[in-house]
Amino acid sequence: MAKYLAKRIFYLILTLFIVITVTFFLMKLLPGTPLTNQAKLSKSQIALIYQQYGLDKPVWQQYVLYLAGAVKGNFGTSFQFSDQPVSYLISSRIEPSLQIGLQAIIVGVIVGIVIGAFGAMKQNSWVDTSATVVSILGISIPSFVLAVLLQYYLGLKLGWFPIAEWGGFSYTVLPTLALAAAPLAESARFVRTEMVDVLSSDYIELAKAKGLSRMGVIYHHALRNSLIPLITIVGPLAVNIMTGSMVVENIFSIPGIGEQFVKSVLTNDYPTIMGLTIVYSFMLCVVLLITDILYGIVDPRIRITGKAN
Amino acid sequence: MADTVKLPEDSFKPMTPAERQALDSEKIAAPSLTFRQDAWRRLKKNKGAWVSLIVLAIIFIMAFGSLVVSPHNPNAVNPSYANLPSKIPGVGINGFNGTLVQAGQRVDAYKQAGASAGTYYIMGTDYLGRDLFSRVLYGTRISLIIALVATLFDLTIGVTYGMISGWKGGRVDTIMQRIIEIILSIPNLVVIVLLILILKPGMTSIIIAIALTSWVNMARLVRAQTLELKEQEFILAARTLGESSMKISFKHLLPNLSSVIIINTMFTIPNAIFFEATLSYIGIGISSPQASLGTLLNDGQKNFQFLPYQMWWPALILSIIMLAFNLLGDGLRDAFDPRTKE
Repeated sequence: MAKYLAKRIFYLILTLFIVITVTFFLMKLLPGTPLTNQAKLSKSQIALIYQQYGLDKPVWQQYVLYLAGAVKGNFGTSFQFSDQPVSYLISSRIEPSLQIGLQAIIVGVIVGIVIGAFGAMKQNSWVDTSATVVSILGISIPSFVLAVLLQYYLGLKLGWFPIAEWGGFSYTVLPTLALAAAPLAESARFVRTEMVDVLSSDYIELAKAKGLSRMGVIYHHALRNSLIPLITIVGPLAVNIMTGSMVVENIFSIPGIGEQFVKSVLTNDYPTIMGLTIVYSFMLCVVLLITDILYGIVDPRIRITGKAN
Repeated sequence: MADTVKLPEDSFKPMTPAERQALDSEKIAAPSLTFRQDAWRRLKKNKGAWVSLIVLAIIFIMAFGSLVVSPHNPNAVNPSYANLPSKIPGVGINGFNGTLVQAGQRVDAYKQAGASAGTYYIMGTDYLGRDLFSRVLYGTRISLIIALVATLFDLTIGVTYGMISGWKGGRVDTIMQRIIEIILSIPNLVVIVLLILILKPGMTSIIIAIALTSWVNMARLVRAQTLELKEQEFILAARTLGESSMKISFKHLLPNLSSVIIINTMFTIPNAIFFEATLSYIGIGISSPQASLGTLLNDGQKNFQFLPYQMWWPALILSIIMLAFNLLGDGLRDAFDPRTKE
């Protein structure tokens, strides 16, 4: 296990290193500068500003410096907000994004499990049909459409929740719901398929034959075994939420990293874009690592070996 | 023991041809079906997939037919008819009869704008007086073109990559899989955004960006299938007969991979449409005067409070397209692989 872990962490670091390298050189290909009003500045002023951003050095030196900084969590200075380090920009904004993302994934997966389980239990009845309809709709309706509709109907028309900005828990409800739709649909579909499989297996027959109650069979035997593979889709769900958050945070004007990413893209704020790309990949890598490890712990049938693949 | 058996006399008479026909157990009653015919038959039985196929066909014909016949020019600006709600002739339901609620009262927006009685816009008009229906058709066409071209590219990359990785195996496979793992650890949208920044926003760069990021899934599925196939006898036979790897992959692997490829394509297309809509929605996708479903949604969302129809229509069409592709994909999966039928 320790060997496996070490190997995975080594790959995580290697991945991040490649991500940093690729984004760094991609960003160097772009023409943008930190200057806002180039025509009005004298040559020496431009040189000074370049020096301040470290852009006067040759590219390879910039790269080494960036790499050294990134290890310590220093991603340079934002072009858009001069004097603001990117790391500060990210750390001050990551909390709302994490909160909404976690809430969405928890709500989505739990409701999805319930819907999927009911669908499988009452297979081919109206319950099953409506569960399928919910999950297909959840996959088909883009989160930003859902976000606008929720904002308008639950926020503005009914006035149940604040329509935008960031404050207490009530501000998180609508964005969470908008983001939760996709994981809900995915996990409902997944759990249904798994559970239909499990319900037709021999040990369920045995449990029934022993005279266990219906709920006992479902809860102790069927549900538990159908939930294990669900861990494998947590990674893709996290990607889904990260993607969705970029738009949803914009709609609800939440001061999160998704909103910042879009803003930075629109203003060509390269250091921030790079910093956020690295943070996104880091989060995703960690999620993938945790799910892999959890999967090994939860399901003893899967033997984790030190071998690749 | 033998004397207890009493066989009826007529058992020993020869059968008439009619009797033989009826008893012939060797006869195959149904015509034999090829794999594809069988899949097609199963697909037709799946109502959801079948309806989706028809809906998609209609949307395709309308979107591409609007190149030839369009109710209005999608880019013709007509300020005096700006923001007219949808009006369908002969329909009296509020919301489809050209009336709007203004200051608590329902008024005929078409009369206010001074439009003649014969004027109608099925989906209304936008803030510049452009016919929304024509724009939605136009936007659907752009979205579909982007999705289809991107999917075509991603198909070629994904299938080739997967086949090489699975066929070669060993070290090549390990390295290729590591590359995939690295790509998978960056959220797709982030990569797409970075690529678009470098390639300058526009239709071509969106297509390239989506194509370059979404082949991974295809590659993994194709690889897994190739690994399974290459152990089978018919491949061994082909190798023994001295076929080149190239020929084996085209003549033997590809036909056997086709169902996996077709099914995955059905899920790649809606994904591409979704990415395009998201990009246009956040403002780095298609730029005006071109329109896609994403830009239409973005425009509509600005006025959603007062003119909700401007967002409802593109949202509806977008969702229907995504829904239809998803249902068709599910249907095809069941059709090609009856074992996974839920």
